[in-house]
Amino acid sequence: MEINKDLIGASSTPIVLAILADKDGYGYAILKRVRELSGGRMEWTDGMLYPVLHRLERLGHVEARWEVADSGRRRKYYGITPRGRVQLAEERSQ
Amino acid sequence: MNPENPVALEEQIDQWRSYLRRRQAIHAVDVAELEDHLREQITALVEAGLADDEAFLVAVKRLGALDALSREFAREHSDRLWKQLVLVPAGPGALRSPAQTDAIAAFGFAVAAAVLIQVPQLFGLNFDDNTTFYAVNFSLFVLPVLVGYFVWKRRLDTSALPWLAAAIVAGVVFANVYPFAREGFTATLTALHMPIALWLVVGIAYAGGRWSQVDGRMDFIRFSGELLVYYALIAAGGGVLMAFIVLIFEAIGIDVEIFLTTWLLPSGVLGAVVVASWLVEVKQGAIENMLPVLTRLFTPLFAALLITFLATLVWTGRGLDIERDMLIAFDLLLVVVLVLLLYSISARDPKLPPGAFDVAQVVLVISALLVDAVALWAIAGRISDFGFSPNRVAALGENVILLVNLIWSAVLYIGFLRGRGTFASMERWQTNYIPVYAGWAAIVVIVFPPAFGYI
Repeated sequence: MEINKDLIGASSTPIVLAILADKDGYGYAILKRVRELSGGRMEWTDGMLYPVLHRLERLGHVEARWEVADSGRRRKYYGITPRGRVQLAEERSQ
Repeated sequence: MNPENPVALEEQIDQWRSYLRRRQAIHAVDVAELEDHLREQITALVEAGLADDEAFLVAVKRLGALDALSREFAREHSDRLWKQLVLVPAGPGALRSPAQTDAIAAFGFAVAAAVLIQVPQLFGLNFDDNTTFYAVNFSLFVLPVLVGYFVWKRRLDTSALPWLAAAIVAGVVFANVYPFAREGFTATLTALHMPIALWLVVGIAYAGGRWSQVDGRMDFIRFSGELLVYYALIAAGGGVLMAFIVLIFEAIGIDVEIFLTTWLLPSGVLGAVVVASWLVEVKQGAIENMLPVLTRLFTPLFAALLITFLATLVWTGRGLDIERDMLIAFDLLLVVVLVLLLYSISARDPKLPPGAFDVAQVVLVISALLVDAVALWAIAGRISDFGFSPNRVAALGENVILLVNLIWSAVLYIGFLRGRGTFASMERWQTNYIPVYAGWAAIVVIVFPPAFGYI
């Protein structure tokens, strides 16, 4: 699964949605899961995940909220929305 | 995390954060999100056995190159490249920020000015029958309020306050003690010069203790220019709004003219001054200043116009057809040239070497001086025919003031082009000259009415 940089937005949507469908998460945790699932063969850098998350948020596929983590820092958590689940199901059926 | 050197790590993260903050496409909330990621990554790497600084470097590298990252953010948030002027702080749950307090205060001051202009009406001084009163006083309804806004905003120390107050009181006194002839010349002169004289008071409040420095006065020049641009934009919007009010109420047969001309228009005109001032303050640094961009466009055009005019004058051998109020037209020409000069100075990096635009600037100034000299020559021959009316003396005084400024500007500018002077001396000259305009305006307001018998 080599991922081309220009296709980050399109190709990473299902994997991010699938991870969030499992469980809400924040950037770093989502990225760790992406790495595990793709077997560490990610072409893009860590930071690129965030524009993807923001796009999903804008489309209404995920919802974000700020929480205070155990470390005491504010952390942005993402969770999938019903619309996101529909989208995920559609992409899986293709 | 490795406790050996937590300070150094924090410093590195601070530096990284400030780099990130400079990207337009990445907002503060995103920086916070990325920072959380960075710290998490560093913690994981340190637990895996790396030292703090190594972990930091690896974590930053993994986040990706800043350029690529901000390009990716810009692609997702392309609106951010446009909407840089954020009036309301983003993000829910944020406490009331200083920017919000400032906005509320500015709105309050604007309402104060809008209400103030209506107060005399409550005492029976309506606009139609008291045009002279309103003409000489209109700037006194808003500029003291604007001074108040800046005194509040800059937390001006109290030692300056009595002077500012005294200047405003003097303005009120000289506008109202003289027995002006109804709609006479001297009343009109006072109406025109009062705002110029008071603008210095606004400047001192605006500079907030930095008036004695060249930079403080230069900032005030920049502020004045941007205010002009913003005010023109707001005025255009206000005009459209009023036109719609007239149109839609006409459709249901209600005449709103009285309401518009006596309530909405005067209050709007004055309130907008404060609102525009506040906008200039808010957007400072967020958006490219407009006036320097306009001067870039118009300096070469005006220079071409003046040279063509001079060439035609020489070629055809025509004399200037001197009308009575010709002087005012040439005063306005010099004002335009001065504005073009001032605002290209205000945006210029003083350390840059002379360039083609500087040459255009010098050509503009010198050709304006020549045109004005021709006009003065023609007028001088006939000034005794026309007589010394207050208008003509005021216009002549202004012409001399502008001429002196531009001649010395040309000298300094040429010195700079030939590598013998610095650009800073030009800035110093222009900023030191500001009180001269106000001084002359004050003379016109204070001396002219009695000297010319209040005609």
